[in-house]
Amino acid sequence: MKKIKKSKPDIVNEFTGAKWVYSKAVKSHFFHPQNFLTHDPKKSEFDAEGIVGSPACGDVMRMWLKIDPEKDKIAACKWRTFGCASAIAATSMLSVMASEKGGMKLDKAMKIRPQDIIKRLGGLPDRKIHCSVLGDKALRTAINNWFKKTGQYDRIVVEGSRVIDPYTKITEADIEEAVIEGALTLKDVQQRTKVGAGYPQCLLEVEELIHFYKEKYFGQDK
Amino acid sequence: MYIRMVLEYYFDYAATTPLEPRVFRAMKPYFSQKFGNPGSIHGAGRETKEAIEKASSKIASILHCRSKEFIFTGSATEADNLAIFGTARANKIAGGKIIVSAIEHKAVLATCGALEEEGFEIIKLKVDKNGLVDPADIAKLLDPKTILVSVIYADNETGTIQSIKEIAKVIKKFRAKNGSPLPYFHTDASQAAQYCDINVERLGVDLMTVSSHKLYGPKGIGGLYVKKGVKIKPLIFGGGQQNNMRSGTENVPSIIGFAEALALAEKNKQKESARVGKLRNELEKGVSGLIPKIVLNGHPQKRLPNFLNISVLDIEGEAALLYLDQKGICASTGSACDSQTLEPSHVILALGRPYEYAHGSLRFTLGKYATRKSVRYLLKYLPPIVKKLRQMSPLDLKMGKEKKVSLPKAFTGGQTPHFLRKRNSK
Repeated sequence: MKKIKKSKPDIVNEFTGAKWVYSKAVKSHFFHPQNFLTHDPKKSEFDAEGIVGSPACGDVMRMWLKIDPEKDKIAACKWRTFGCASAIAATSMLSVMASEKGGMKLDKAMKIRPQDIIKRLGGLPDRKIHCSVLGDKALRTAINNWFKKTGQYDRIVVEGSRVIDPYTKITEADIEEAVIEGALTLKDVQQRTKVGAGYPQCLLEVEELIHFYKEKYFGQDK
Repeated sequence: MYIRMVLEYYFDYAATTPLEPRVFRAMKPYFSQKFGNPGSIHGAGRETKEAIEKASSKIASILHCRSKEFIFTGSATEADNLAIFGTARANKIAGGKIIVSAIEHKAVLATCGALEEEGFEIIKLKVDKNGLVDPADIAKLLDPKTILVSVIYADNETGTIQSIKEIAKVIKKFRAKNGSPLPYFHTDASQAAQYCDINVERLGVDLMTVSSHKLYGPKGIGGLYVKKGVKIKPLIFGGGQQNNMRSGTENVPSIIGFAEALALAEKNKQKESARVGKLRNELEKGVSGLIPKIVLNGHPQKRLPNFLNISVLDIEGEAALLYLDQKGICASTGSACDSQTLEPSHVILALGRPYEYAHGSLRFTLGKYATRKSVRYLLKYLPPIVKKLRQMSPLDLKMGKEKKVSLPKAFTGGQTPHFLRKRNSK
């Protein structure tokens, strides 16, 4: 992530002055999105479907897959999204990654990480990273949907849905989202999620998770 | 890929305005030529001191107050901070309750948030679906512990104009009954000053924030009217400039520019309101005719003449802004994606609108360089952009059938998003 060359900022936030740097690839995929559907397809048209929303900013994304069962590959990847420029660009890029070169192997597609999409996009501003997180989640949801449909239960991978705080029902995934959104200290995460409000016992674990995700997304130096 | 900004296609005057050439000319000599420190006793200092005194009295005559009642600050945000921190800390003994509207600018809300941590009680006033504060609601909330009421004159997202005079009456009545000078009444007139009456005597306010760069003046300067007798503590300490209320060498060129800009705004108020209002109405009519499924945010009539804020259902504002930007059009949105906190506009949510409405809100604010041609240009490019984004969107909201979130199953673990969780837990 550090080596990504940043282009000239196009947009400066009116209130904060923060600069948003969108790369050429982001712009190109935003203005000319690939593989999107203009209408919801009929059920029979696709083999699997995934829907995911970002609790961070309320974006909603649906993804449809055609799957080649012989080769265990993605034959087509289509999507519709309600979200900002980075969300649209990230989904578009992901759909290209999943379906290019004759389609991606399902096992490999399950392992696409947000960083992979961001790398192909030539970087995203830090606080926009959650947008691409949405894309890989939608893809995994759709592939899981395929596994379920075809009885390959052993291949289903459950997202970090383990509840850490039984009172606020905060899951590992919520902590991950908060970190991605820029909450890098326990106080920030608590402010955002209200984790541990009635169950302070979990805070030690929350701190460990913050540390883990911080390293995962931002490296050690942040 | 991006077209250079053309002033004619600038629809974001509520964000900031270009400096008026006449104002710039007035400021110019005060950078290198007349550069003296107004605090110096020598000729160079006396020259600038005289100039800022002149500027002060120019502003005072527009606001109908005394020169000493107007404090120059580094921004309208600083003026809001000064009004709230200053009166709260000076009157803490009297009580710790502050009433603000839910649609205040962040400069007020975040300041109140900081005071909450210091132990003050902050009451947030609800607004109706058009964004209006009901003065009767304030009357009900007032008690002897209340030290300050702050209601924005016209909010910066929908431009809805509040009944400041009525609110002032309610507060004065309460003060008379209690025989107390408290609570004080503050209003932020940053957006309103260009188009509304800012005579503090007529309005009946005790404190009023004015911004310079919203009315074709320079950035980096604002001011606060503080009525004589109001107990207030400074935020910035030092050499004791401006009667000890705001230390630091006065920003001479900006003070000159601010006064000049305010005087021009006052002079052109009626004419410009009428002209811009006509264009805005044309735009509003055009947009509602050309784009299905849009909702007006703000009061249909009691609104600044240059404001149009609409929610375009099923699309996201930031994406629309970038497509507009590609055509050289500058506008603004209340979408979460366009904010640092990733939270949707608190103003649109305060109107009782569901989350997606804030996400899809677009704000067009007109001003000096807007013409019929600009409006026609916007009307030509906005509808196809909306159409394209709607094609991409999996949402299909129904007008009038408003839920908080339309596809709850999309959210991880079936949970509601954090911004809704927070609101519910309060």
